[in-house]
Amino acid sequence: MIYSVFAPLIFALFVPWLSKHKDKIHTGIFVFFIPFIIFLYFIQFIGSDFSPIRETINWIPSMNINLDFYLDGLSLLFVLLISGIGALVVLYSIYYLDKSEKLGNFYVYLLMFMAAMLGVVLSDNVFVLYTFWELTSISSFLLIGYWNFKDRSRYGALKSMLITVFGGLSLLGGFVLLTVITGTTSIQGMIEQVDIILSSQYLPLALAFILLGAFTKSAQFPFHIWLPDAMEAPTPVSAYLHSATMVKAGIFLVARFSPIFAGFEGFFITVSLVGIITLCWGSYMAVRQTDLKGILAFSTISQLGMIMAMLGFGTEAAVFAAVFHILSHATFKGSLFMIAGIIDHETGTRDIRKLGGLFTLMPISATLAIFGTFSMAGVPLPFLNGFYSKELFFDATLSLEGVSWLSQAIPYLAVFGSIFTFVYSMYFFFGVFTGPKRFDRLPKKPHEAPFGMLISPIILVLGVILIGLFADKFNQPFLLHAAQAVNSGVEYHEVYFWHGFITPFIMSLIVIAVGAILYLTRTKWNKIYTILPGRLSFNRVYDAIVEKLDTYSKRLTNSYMTGSVRTYMLLILGTTIVITAVYMYITNGFIINLHDTAEVTGLEVSIVVIIIIASIATLFAKNNIAAILITGIVGYGVSMLFVIYRAPDLALTQLVVETVSIALFLLCFYHLPKLRKREESTGTKLINLFISIGFGLLIIMVGISAHSSNWFDSISSYFVENSYKLGGGDNIVNVILVDFRGLDTLFEIAVLGIAALAVFSLIRLKNKKGAK
Amino acid sequence: MEILIIILSGVLFTTAIYNLLQKQLLRIIIGTVLLSHGAHLMILTMGKLKTGLPPVLTEGVTDYTDPLPQALILTSIVISFGITGLLLVLAYRTTQENNTDNMEQLRGKSNE
Repeated sequence: MIYSVFAPLIFALFVPWLSKHKDKIHTGIFVFFIPFIIFLYFIQFIGSDFSPIRETINWIPSMNINLDFYLDGLSLLFVLLISGIGALVVLYSIYYLDKSEKLGNFYVYLLMFMAAMLGVVLSDNVFVLYTFWELTSISSFLLIGYWNFKDRSRYGALKSMLITVFGGLSLLGGFVLLTVITGTTSIQGMIEQVDIILSSQYLPLALAFILLGAFTKSAQFPFHIWLPDAMEAPTPVSAYLHSATMVKAGIFLVARFSPIFAGFEGFFITVSLVGIITLCWGSYMAVRQTDLKGILAFSTISQLGMIMAMLGFGTEAAVFAAVFHILSHATFKGSLFMIAGIIDHETGTRDIRKLGGLFTLMPISATLAIFGTFSMAGVPLPFLNGFYSKELFFDATLSLEGVSWLSQAIPYLAVFGSIFTFVYSMYFFFGVFTGPKRFDRLPKKPHEAPFGMLISPIILVLGVILIGLFADKFNQPFLLHAAQAVNSGVEYHEVYFWHGFITPFIMSLIVIAVGAILYLTRTKWNKIYTILPGRLSFNRVYDAIVEKLDTYSKRLTNSYMTGSVRTYMLLILGTTIVITAVYMYITNGFIINLHDTAEVTGLEVSIVVIIIIASIATLFAKNNIAAILITGIVGYGVSMLFVIYRAPDLALTQLVVETVSIALFLLCFYHLPKLRKREESTGTKLINLFISIGFGLLIIMVGISAHSSNWFDSISSYFVENSYKLGGGDNIVNVILVDFRGLDTLFEIAVLGIAALAVFSLIRLKNKKGAK
Repeated sequence: MEILIIILSGVLFTTAIYNLLQKQLLRIIIGTVLLSHGAHLMILTMGKLKTGLPPVLTEGVTDYTDPLPQALILTSIVISFGITGLLLVLAYRTTQENNTDNMEQLRGKSNE
């Protein structure tokens, strides 16, 4: 099981090599076998006596983060979708993507996504799940931006990334909270401690964080705006990521955590409400689209909303319906995306206003589209799985308890959303395949797609029909386990076509009747879109936020990145002063301890006073010579102190260095401009004074505290004892430098060497220029 | 006495930073020189002052001044000498190239 998650990643390493030979053999043919083998491997687990499997590899055991993989009914459903649809999508892409495209990149991204998605649905450890979750966002970003020469692609890629990664971060916050509450990083472990979580005061916060992650990923209202722009990706990607798998990660997450949160009323209200609004808004907006993939994008949003709402209801019937619809939706929507891709490929446009009358030219695609769209619309025919989903959904909306206003409104909203679903489904089919033939307006002369391209949609449509005809055969061994993983109360539930004239069926009939009328009269009421949404659009909000963030962060950066070294110094020093002083104040860190200090003698005091006067005088020096000489006084004063404080080596070195330094200063002085009178305002002076005195005081306080406290024993005695024994020298300072810390001295010499080289080359450079 | 030396090093830091905040290159270099003096004195006091004889092993002597700060300072003196030298030549070259030693005029390009 663990290998199946990493197999795509490992195989991706070989893809660049394989893609070098793409002229001879299409890279996709090799890639196809990866999801296909994974699919075959996992299909063996289907059966009525299935029980969950767990495998673990230690990763970061000290932080309780391990690669825990857990396969239960819910994971199995998703794994089969990811690998099954993955295989079909790769097969389809072989014909869709020309060999001139960057196939290597495409398949590496796709395999990366596949591994990440398998990781998301199989991880039991929340942090591992989060890692894979972000990896899906990143690979989705790369795939949407695959045609990176198009502006719209880059815009869509960035948008999806910003929104889903924002949600991902919030998800991480939710996971951290849950880990803190329960003390475990395992999801199953958290489910066992559901009582502790439900009684925790952090419950609403954790729920909000996790739902934010799920809603952004699954394109729920109002975060749905990234999905239509993601349609700039190549169609196989849209069919795979943005309809069948990645956008269902949010659904998966809610399903996975609903055993924990289902007992909390806020979960029911939020998830149901957001789901049902998304259902209505998505289907309402889909009717307005003119791009085939745009219709499908909004349709996906609306269907995801429907599944989300059912998970929010949380009743046995609703959970079963949700699981059933996850499977149905993947089949019919996947096939419709592929057909949209075929139409785009064969006619050169996806604009539904230009298309029409293609039935005679593309009979196979049209037949497939009939099944797909009618299933999506929920037309009551026994071989369309969409109808069963819709019946189960209506049934679930009718038996709700809990918050009364919401429970009563939901059935009406469900019918409302479904009416528009019917309208756009019809619009998709009839707008493309019937009506006036206007082939002269198309960029390409249309004809039926090559057979290879049709294989995948045919298989998916077969799925639609088989699930429709033998709905029950899929339930017992497969879907029931998935539903039970979400709500353990789900019992075997027979799904059959004819229930009699009960309420859900009547709701379906209303949908079809009203939907048909609306479809036929759609040109009359189309104006409604100028009122709602009209100019209201969440895209505007997103664009405004991104633009404002851009402007303001630029302005903020420019406000302190002025190019003036003085400003940088002021900022650095000011921050140091404030942080150190505040911390010292909080921890009560200032200590003064006067005992055990050396006595004060007149000689030392007079040297100290001389140094102080000289150092202050450097500020007032009027010309170069004076400034340099005064600096020299400070240096010689310090070497005097070294003599007094029993440091003969230091005193000697300081004297030599000081003399050479002054000589250097005087050499340069000839070339440097004269010291000018400082032209600065009193304000600047005061700020400079304030910062320098503040820093000086801080140094004094830190120094006194450090001197007065004795946290660690000195290591000096080691050097005193071993200087002769190990180093063979009497002068301890010298032995430390050349023996104990010999390597440091070596580097010190290297630094001096580099400085000398720099000085030399700086002077040489000038000569060259002068020669010109 | 240690306290007095620490205060001295604080004064050196103050004057050094005031010099560093100036516009003229020469003053900035003087600032770095003063800064290293301040730091050296500070390190020296951390090992206590005048606790014994100079750290050169002699027969019959057990009390030595702490040799460790001295070793650190010795390294530091040499390094700061290198820095001073480099800065001086750098200042000289900068002035030659740009005809100014004013930091406010030596800003980078506005759109870097």
